[in-house]
Amino acid sequence: MVERAAAVELKGITKTFPGVIANDDVNLTVRRGEIHAVVGENGAGKSTLMKILYGMLRPDSGSISVDGSEVHFRTPKDAIASGIGMVHQHFMLATNFTVLENVVLGSEPSHAGVIDLGAARERIRELSESYGAALDPDRLTEDLAVGERQRVEIVKVLYRGAQILILDEPTAVLVPQEVEELFRHLRELKAQGVTIIFISHKLDEVLEIADSITVIRAGRTVTTVDPADVTARQLAELMVGSELPTPETRESTVTDEVVLSVRGLGVLVGERWALKDATFDIHKGEIVGIAGVEGNGQRELVEALMGLRKPDAGTISLAGTDVTQWPTRQRRENGIGYIPEDRQGRGLLLPSPLWENTMLGHQTLYPFSRGPWVNKRGAREQTEHLISEYHVMTPGPDTPALALSGGNQQKLIVGREMTAWPKLLIAAQPTRGIDVGAQAAVWEQIREARAAGLALLLISADLEELIGLSDTLYVILRGSLVAKLDPATVTPQELGSYMTGAQEAASA
Amino acid sequence: MSGTKLRIALLWLLVPVSAIVLAFAVSSIALLAIGADPVAAFSSMASYGMKPSSLVSTINRAVPLFVAGLAVAIGFKMNLFNIGVEGQYRLATLFAAAAGAAVTLPAPLHIVFIMLVGMVTGAAWASIAAILKVKRGVHEVVSTIMLNSIATGLGAYLLSNHLRKPAVGSELLIATPPIPKSGWLPALAVIGGEELRSFLLIAVVLGIAVYMLIWRTRFGYDLRASGINPDAARASGVDPDRMVMRTMLISGGIAGLIGMSDLFGFFHAYTLDLPTGLGFEGIAVALVGLNHPVGVAIAALLFGWLDRASQILDLEGIPKEVITITKGVTILSVVIAYEVVKRLVQAQQIKAAAEATRELEVQEEAVAA
Amino acid sequence: MSWGTTDTSALEAAQSAGRVNIRRILLLVGWAIILLSAVRWVTAEPELTSSNTSGAALRLAVPILLAALGGIYSERTGVANIGLEGMMILGTWFGAWGGWQYGAWWGVGLGVAGGAAGALVHAVATVNFGVNQIVSGVAINILAAGVARFLSVVAFTGAGGGATQSPQVTSQLPRLTVPVLAGGELFGWQSPDALGWLERQHWFLLSDVGALFRGFMVDLSILTLISLLLVPATWFFLWRTRLGLRMRSGGENPWAAESLGVRVYTVKYIGVLISGALAGLAGAFLVLEAAGIYREGQTGGRGFIGLAAMIFGNWRPSGALAAAGLFGYTDALNLRSAQAVHALLLFVAVALVALGSWYLYKRRIFGGVLSLLLGGLTFVWFTVSDTVPRQFVFITPYVATLLVLAVASQQLRMPTYDGVTFRKGSQIS
Repeated sequence: MVERAAAVELKGITKTFPGVIANDDVNLTVRRGEIHAVVGENGAGKSTLMKILYGMLRPDSGSISVDGSEVHFRTPKDAIASGIGMVHQHFMLATNFTVLENVVLGSEPSHAGVIDLGAARERIRELSESYGAALDPDRLTEDLAVGERQRVEIVKVLYRGAQILILDEPTAVLVPQEVEELFRHLRELKAQGVTIIFISHKLDEVLEIADSITVIRAGRTVTTVDPADVTARQLAELMVGSELPTPETRESTVTDEVVLSVRGLGVLVGERWALKDATFDIHKGEIVGIAGVEGNGQRELVEALMGLRKPDAGTISLAGTDVTQWPTRQRRENGIGYIPEDRQGRGLLLPSPLWENTMLGHQTLYPFSRGPWVNKRGAREQTEHLISEYHVMTPGPDTPALALSGGNQQKLIVGREMTAWPKLLIAAQPTRGIDVGAQAAVWEQIREARAAGLALLLISADLEELIGLSDTLYVILRGSLVAKLDPATVTPQELGSYMTGAQEAASA
Repeated sequence: MSGTKLRIALLWLLVPVSAIVLAFAVSSIALLAIGADPVAAFSSMASYGMKPSSLVSTINRAVPLFVAGLAVAIGFKMNLFNIGVEGQYRLATLFAAAAGAAVTLPAPLHIVFIMLVGMVTGAAWASIAAILKVKRGVHEVVSTIMLNSIATGLGAYLLSNHLRKPAVGSELLIATPPIPKSGWLPALAVIGGEELRSFLLIAVVLGIAVYMLIWRTRFGYDLRASGINPDAARASGVDPDRMVMRTMLISGGIAGLIGMSDLFGFFHAYTLDLPTGLGFEGIAVALVGLNHPVGVAIAALLFGWLDRASQILDLEGIPKEVITITKGVTILSVVIAYEVVKRLVQAQQIKAAAEATRELEVQEEAVAA
Repeated sequence: MSWGTTDTSALEAAQSAGRVNIRRILLLVGWAIILLSAVRWVTAEPELTSSNTSGAALRLAVPILLAALGGIYSERTGVANIGLEGMMILGTWFGAWGGWQYGAWWGVGLGVAGGAAGALVHAVATVNFGVNQIVSGVAINILAAGVARFLSVVAFTGAGGGATQSPQVTSQLPRLTVPVLAGGELFGWQSPDALGWLERQHWFLLSDVGALFRGFMVDLSILTLISLLLVPATWFFLWRTRLGLRMRSGGENPWAAESLGVRVYTVKYIGVLISGALAGLAGAFLVLEAAGIYREGQTGGRGFIGLAAMIFGNWRPSGALAAAGLFGYTDALNLRSAQAVHALLLFVAVALVALGSWYLYKRRIFGGVLSLLLGGLTFVWFTVSDTVPRQFVFITPYVATLLVLAVASQQLRMPTYDGVTFRKGSQIS
C-alpha cells in the first residue's frame, strides 16, 4: 500500500481558556478516505479541537497539516479553502429558504448578478445524488425533516469543494431510521474519496460506522483504536476513565415519603419524542441523579417539571398533588426550586444588582416581599448572607450580576435556591464552572440539605458529582431512562456503556 | 471602588450632555444656514424662557407631556411599544369630558369621576391591542398605530353625532357640553399673568405612584424582569400573557389622564382646540427620559420649555420651528448615546468587580496564611 | 411579528405551515369582482366599479404600494422600519421644493434623496449602534416632521407658502391616456374610447371589468407606471439575483449568512436605504401627482398603512400590490360617492356570509358563526341606513388591517429574524 500523506494531521494542539485547559497536547491523524471518529464526553475537548481544525479558534501551540502541508487558519474561510467543511450540530439554515438558496448562499453561480438557477440546481442534484441522497433543490427547507436538513448541510459543504468533512454530533437529532440513512450516505461519500471526521459520544453508532476511533478525555488524546479490536465496554471505559470516585459511606437519609412522582412523562419536539415515557419517584431526603450526555432529553424533562413546557404525555405529582397543569409560579411558590443549566439565559438578570437576582424565582415570598411591596432590605440582607455563606466573590449586594465571574454567578444561584428550603430542588449542572473548592462546599451543602429532608433531582455531566451525591442513579439516552443503577456499586464500564448506548450494542 | 462609581456616573452623564451638545450644534448649523445668529437666538430664548410667566407656562405644557411619557415608559420598560397612547388619550378625554358634563357631583368626587372615566376608557382602548397580541400574536406597534386612526375616526363620529352640545343659534363650535364648575380645578397660583394649573399636583403624585409601582412592588419587579430577560422571568414564574395584559391596561389607563390637565384647568369641554399630538410627544419624552419617572419629568420640562421659549424667536424673525429640529436631534442622540454608554458602563462594572474580587481573594489568602 | 424581541427560539417556533397561495388569491380576486359586479347591478351604484373609481383607486394606492415595497426591502434584510412615515414626509417636502424650484423630475429625484437620507440615519442607529429598531423608527418620524416644518418656514414663507405648506408646484410629470381603448390621443388624432363605451352599457360583469381596466388607462402618470413596474422588479431583484438572496439572508438567518461570507451589515444598509428611497418616492408622488403642493400632514399615516399592506401582503411584492389596491379602492370610493360606500356594505355582508359558510363547511364553528353573525349585522346595517358616516369610511383601511392581522397573523410568514438586532461576530457555537 502506498503511504500517502494523512488528510489531516493535528500535532501537539494545546488550547487554554481562562481557568481551563481545553486541549492539552492533542494529536490526531486522519487518513485520507477514512471515516475517523472522535469520541469523548462533554467537556472532553472534542468541540474545541474541531473548532480549531475548522478555523474558528486558533490553538495556543501545535500544528495543523492538510495533505502533508502545514496550514494556518485565521477564519473558517481559510479552512474552507483548504477543503475542510464543517456540518454543525445546530444547523445553520434559513428555514424560509429553499434548499438551493441555502446551499448556494455566498457562492452563487451567476451571470451579471442574476443567479443561474439552472446551474445551481444541476450541481445540487449532481452532488446529492452522487452519494445517494437525492435532494430537491426547490423544496422549502422548512418542509424538510431533520435528516433531510442535515443532507442540505452536507451538500452545502460539498458544494464548496470540501474533501474533508467534519460532522459534529450528527446523530444527536436524528431518529434511528435517519441515522441508518446517514450512515449509508457517509459510506457513499467515503467511496468517493471524501475523508470524514465524525464526532460523537454514541459508541454503538461509532463502532458501526468508523474505520478508526480516537478517544479524548479531559483534553488529552487517550488513544486511537481500530473498531475491530475493541469492544464497546472497553471504549466506554477509555472515555470515562477507569476509576470512578467512590462515594463516601454514609447513612442513607432516604425516607419513604414520596415528594415527586413522575409517570409516563413525554415531550414531543417536532415529530421526535425528545422525552419518552419517563417514570420515576423522588423521596424526601433522596437525591436522584440522571446521568447522560447533554441533548438526550434532560432539557425537556426539566422544562416539563418546571412548567416551562407542556408535556405531551404523562403526569407530575408533587407530594401527592397533581401539578401537571400548574403554572410555573405556583410550582415555585409550592416548593420547587430550580438551578437552571443556562445560568445567564434563564437564571439571572445580568444588568441588575445582586439583591434583585437573589429574589429571582422567589419574588413573591418572604423575605423578598411583604404583601405587594418588594422588601429591599430583606433582599439585601439575604444577599449578604448568601455572599458569605457561599463565598461569592463580589464587592457587595449592589454589584450588577454581569460583573461577576461565571463561577460566582453560579454560586449565587445555588445559594439562593438552597436557602429557600424547597421541597424539591431541580439542579441542572449545578457546579458547572465552579472551582474545585467551591464545588466541594456546594456538595456539602447539598448533603446537609438532603439530611434535613430535601429531595433533589440532579442532572449532571460530571460523573464524580453524580456518583458522589446520588442515592439513585438513572441514565437517560435518546429520551428514555434506560437504566436505574446503584451509585455505590456501579462500575465505570457499566455507567459509560449505558450513557453511550454501548450496552445496547454489546447486548445486540 | 468610588473611583469606578465616579467614572460610571460620568459616563451616564455623557448621555444628556452629548445629546444637548449635538442638539445645539445641529440647531446652530440650521440657524446659520438661514443667516440667523444662533447665539442671539439662544440668548433670547433663555431670557424669555426664564421669565416667571414663561416658567409657569412651561410647567403647564410639561404636565401632560409628563403623564404621556409615563404611560409610554411603563410599556417600554417591558419592551412593549404602546404607540397607541395618542388614540387612547384622545378618546379618553372625549369620554371623560362628555361624562363629566352629564353629571353633577360634589367637587372632589366630580374630579375623581372624570379622571376615572378617562382612565377606564384609555385602558379599554389599550386592551384591544393587548388582546390581539396575547390571543392572536399581533405585534402591538402596528395594532396600536391602527387603533390610533380608528380612535380618531370613532371619536370624530361620536363627537359630531352623539356627544356634541346642542348648537346655539348659528354657532359652529363642535364640542361636548361644558363641564359644571364642580368639575373644574382652580389654578394653583397666578404668576406673571399665567395660571399654574393644579393638575400638576396630581401629576406629581402619579409620577411617584408609577415610580413606586415599578421599583418597589412585586408587580414592578416582574415587569422589569420581563423587560430585561423574558426567559429568566418566565423561569421565575412570570406569566407572559398576563404581564402583557396588565402592562397595557396600566399604560392605557395612565394615557387616559394625559388630557386632564388641560381639561380641568382650561377647556372644561372637549373641543377641537384641545392640544393634539401629545401622545407622540409623550413617546419622545419617554425616550429622552430613558423610561424613568425622573428622567421623563426632566425631558417633559425640557420640551415644554423649548416650546415656550422659542415663541420669542418669531418676534426676532427667526423661525421658531428650529426647535423641532432641536427636539428631534435630542431624541436621536439620547437613544444612540444610551446604547454606547451602556456598553462602556458594563465594561467598567466588570473591570471594577474583577479588581475588587482579586483584592478580596488576596485578603482571604492572607487571612488563611 | 416580534420586532424587538431576542427570543429567537420562539420566533422560529412560531413559523407555522400555511403559506399564501397565489392561485388562491387570484381566484378570490375573481370572485370578488363578480360579487362587486352583482352588487353594483343590484344597488344601481355605478361608482362601485366605475373607471373614475378605479383610476382614483390606482392613484391612491401608489403611495401605499411604494411604502409597502420599501418596507419589504428593509424588513427582508431584518431591519424593521417604522420610520417610513418620516421618510415619506421628507419625500413630500423635498419633492415639493425640488418641483417648485427646478421642475417635476428634480422633485422626484430630491424626494427620493430626502427619503434615503432619513433611512441613512436609521441604518446607522440600528445597524452600527444597535439601537432598538422601533425606537429608532419612532425617533426618525419625529425628527423628519421637525425638519420639514423648519425647512418650510425657511424656504416657503414669503414665497407663496408658509410653515405648513409650499407654494403651488406647477411643474408636472408626463401622463398618458391609452389610445383606442381609453380615448387617448394618437399623434393629434382623438381615438375612440372603446372601454368607455363598454362601461356605459352597464352590462353585468363585462362593463365592470372594462371600466376597471379603463380606469388604469386614463391619465396614467409615469410615476404610477414606474411604481407598478417596481413590483415585478422587486420580485426579480430579491428572489433572482445574488445581491437579493444575500439581502434576504440578512433577515432569514444572518448568522448563517455571516458564516458563509456574506457581509450582513452591508446588505442591511442597502435594504434600509432602498426602503427610504421608495418612501421618499411615495412622498414625491403625493406632492407632484396628487396634490400639486406640499402640505403638512399630507402623508396622513400612509407610511404606517404601507407597513400594514406589507404585512397583509405577507412581505411579498405581489401581496403588497393587492393590499395597496384594496386600501386604495376603499379610499377612492370614499372620495367619490358616499352612496357607493353604503352599497359596499352589501358587498361586505355577502362576503362575510360566504366566508362564514365556508368556515362552517370546514368545521370551524367559532369563526363560522362569528362571520355569519357579522354578515347578518352588516346586512341589517345596509338596509336600515342610507349612508355610512364619513368617519367610519375613514377608518376602514385601519379596521381592515387589524382584522387581517388578527385573523391571519398565524399564517403570515415574516422574515425569521426581522427586528432582531444582529451584531457582527456574535456567532454562538
